[in-house]
Amino acid sequence: MQAPVIHVNGLTSIVRERLLPVPGTVLARLNQKVSPLDVIAQTSWAREHLLLDVTRLMRVNSNVADRLITCNVGDRIAAGAVIAAGKGLFSRRVRAPRDGRVVAAGGGKVLMEVGVTKVELRAGIPGMVVQVLPNRGVVIQTAGALIQGVWGNGRIASGTLVNLAEKPDGILTARRLDVSLRGSIILAGSVNDVETLQAAAGLPVRGLILSSILPSLIQKATEMRYPILVTDGFGSLPMNSVAYKLLSTNVRRDVTVNAEIHDRYSGARPEVIIPLPILEIPLIPREVETFAPGLQVRMRLAPALGMTGSIVALKSGLTRLPSGLQAPAAEVKLENGETVIVPLVNLEFMG
Amino acid sequence: MPSSWVDGSSLLAIEVGAANTRAVLFDVIESEYRFVASGSAPTTAEAPFKDVGEGVRNAIRNLQKLIGNTLLDESRGLITPSQPNGSGVDALVVILSAGPVIKTVIVGLVNDVSLESARRLAESTYTRIVDTIGLNDLRKPDQQIDSLLHLRPDLVVIGGGTDGGASRSIRKVLERIGLACFLLPEEKRPDVLFAGNEKMEDEVKNLMGSPATSLHFSPNVRPSLETEDLDPAERELARMFINIRKRQFKGVDALDLWSNGHILPTAYATGRMVRFLAKVYGGEKGFLSVDIGSSAAIISAGFNRKTTLSVYPQFGLGENLSRMQNYTTLEDILRWSSLDISVSVLRDYLYQKSLYPASIPATKEDFAISQAVSRQALYLAMQFARRDFPGNVATINPTLTPLFESIVAGGGALSGASPPGPGLLLLLDSIQPVGVTTIMLDQNSLLPLLGAAVSQNNILPVQVYKSGAFLGVGTVISPVVAVSYGTVILRAKLNYENGAEAQVDLKYGSIETLPLSSGEVGKLSIQGLRGADIGFGPNRSLTIPVSGGVLGVVFDGRGRPLDLPSDSVRRRELIQKWNWALGGE
Repeated sequence: MQAPVIHVNGLTSIVRERLLPVPGTVLARLNQKVSPLDVIAQTSWAREHLLLDVTRLMRVNSNVADRLITCNVGDRIAAGAVIAAGKGLFSRRVRAPRDGRVVAAGGGKVLMEVGVTKVELRAGIPGMVVQVLPNRGVVIQTAGALIQGVWGNGRIASGTLVNLAEKPDGILTARRLDVSLRGSIILAGSVNDVETLQAAAGLPVRGLILSSILPSLIQKATEMRYPILVTDGFGSLPMNSVAYKLLSTNVRRDVTVNAEIHDRYSGARPEVIIPLPILEIPLIPREVETFAPGLQVRMRLAPALGMTGSIVALKSGLTRLPSGLQAPAAEVKLENGETVIVPLVNLEFMG
Repeated sequence: MPSSWVDGSSLLAIEVGAANTRAVLFDVIESEYRFVASGSAPTTAEAPFKDVGEGVRNAIRNLQKLIGNTLLDESRGLITPSQPNGSGVDALVVILSAGPVIKTVIVGLVNDVSLESARRLAESTYTRIVDTIGLNDLRKPDQQIDSLLHLRPDLVVIGGGTDGGASRSIRKVLERIGLACFLLPEEKRPDVLFAGNEKMEDEVKNLMGSPATSLHFSPNVRPSLETEDLDPAERELARMFINIRKRQFKGVDALDLWSNGHILPTAYATGRMVRFLAKVYGGEKGFLSVDIGSSAAIISAGFNRKTTLSVYPQFGLGENLSRMQNYTTLEDILRWSSLDISVSVLRDYLYQKSLYPASIPATKEDFAISQAVSRQALYLAMQFARRDFPGNVATINPTLTPLFESIVAGGGALSGASPPGPGLLLLLDSIQPVGVTTIMLDQNSLLPLLGAAVSQNNILPVQVYKSGAFLGVGTVISPVVAVSYGTVILRAKLNYENGAEAQVDLKYGSIETLPLSSGEVGKLSIQGLRGADIGFGPNRSLTIPVSGGVLGVVFDGRGRPLDLPSDSVRRRELIQKWNWALGGE
């Protein structure tokens, strides 16, 4: 049976697409070296639209209104400028209420986009542009450590990694956050209160890497302007030992936290990338694995939720579980030496 | 292997579910169609595969191991028709529920008329309604446009206007939808279904045709104010659902080819089978199908002249679980739990399980939580679905579940429950049937597959349904009464075919059973007491034929609506007792 894969890997090639939400201009070039803060593409996006009903405002039918409209699609219009005018000395006029651009005109109406904002897409990770996707973005390749998580708040940032979790089951509190941590990416355990998230925002930190988070904090975590990445799950779970070891041995390095929202269909996952110097390009990690003895796995649900271990043996046929359900299962030796029987659908390969 | 499997009439049915893909073989055995075997594999709609074909082939390979026959050729294509050496199959049907929920905007005129019909239509497949645009919408037109641009729906369902009626209002609304579609990037434009005033088709094409990704028409869902006809539009929407999935995943196109276009949304196939079964088995009362799985809760009810189909992804037990709190409280979920579980443990479970939809409860505690969650999800789905049942259905009390002749229940939450007692208790708690009902568990999740098979072979579904592939749980007697706990509310005597007798005095608040094996029938004499009504009037004395099942005749004396004790210790004791009464551990 195929095993779901989550990457926690000390040295690997990392290839990531960085795409604009809507078509725009790609600024980066093929083979260009980029740093996380480099703007690689940009576009503009209208926050609002105004639909001006010339027919109604000028009290004419739509055919007449179309003849009276004086602007064209694509025109940039200043606030107060006339967009439709009647004939005669005291004729009615329709003026643009705000600065904007005409995006459609016809049927006696004019549609303007207003409040246009510029959207800049940053590289997010350091590396080399290996592909340009015209009007959309680029593909960047880098090499280093890769630690994928299970939840992210949609933000991305880079900074120096600082460890505030002396052990994998530490709890980060607001008292631990002081001004010396400003601009850092903080490796922490779980967070159990809003005050800690707000204190981190107050410094501000560049990002939080957490083992777990209480579900009740998710709304607040989503509102934070710095990236928050959760490695293991919800509640008060310790960080899995593989991720903790990898992260805690890379303190003081520059890391990127891309706390992308997990999308199981596109494959987007929140992840920490630690660029490392290399002599030769490492292999891209396997995306597909098969359950087999010796495979390093993490438990997705009880028993031993969040713990890692290795498969000792695959049970033949269906195994009756303590819950009463029957399913294909494996015997897993946990890192604490204990052995548990776990249904295969509750396991994922870490590597 | 029986030689009749290769008689040129075998049918392979593929179900691509949210978590698992199944390959199910039906064939003729001893002159009748039978469910032969089923192979399963994880669905591969998600990354890294993004190709449902991988999971389908894996499921077929697992089926091959079970039947000892080859179904896939060397180039991994399906062998069809079946060959003299026993390989291959003669026909294929496919049902599909995998994939993200389809973000849908419904558009219409009046809230209680066309918008209500558009809502019912949208809820016949795996949608989440993200916005509603109608005449009562107080937003300005440009705000409606901005909302559509912000939401980026996958689908817009438009109702509105009686056939040949006024078109001015709907034209205004369509203009806004058309403008929003035009402003969206081409690849983000939604599919649009127009199911309104049929006389407006040309006008709709003018207003919407070029900017929409794909514009579809169906007969008006509301041809007149008094008439609603959802069937043709549901059929069109089913086709659109498959087209959307074709764009989202690889492999759906190939399945469409393999099956010669016999590919349907799972929910639609369920509705089709329920419509058929309601005609055959519904009688005066209705026929109900409930299915609770990873992707959605599906309720389909067939009555004399009408079948309803409601799909609720928000009550699915997979990736949407973390959002269940938008519809219920955690305390309301925990009221169903047989174990003492804290709110925080439940909340963590919901979020963790939503990360891993395919995971299953392995411990007793997780099982108790998952059963409580399933109960509340199905209970809510049933409450939602009842809004759309016809007004003239047979009931004991219109505020309660209508009378149903039969209930078939399936889905991951029920097919995994073993033995059947806990599964039945889950149904009794969440659906709360009243009167006399036979209950079947679709442990192999065959119902939608049979609904899909109807288009290829209309004998197969009937024969398989009657073949014992569905687990007959028995006949459930659920009196409607409200008295104090321990009061005798019903006396019953069961006369067996062999002349034996068994009796029960049913006390309020208890569940009792009388044995009656599958295939057996008996005569049940009932005397209602204290106003107890099983659909024939309070305190009536009568004798009815009953059919058996693995749990025989089950008497649910807990009253309707089910009122659980507020004291949590007492409640958990009772839940445990009810579970034991039905053979649970």
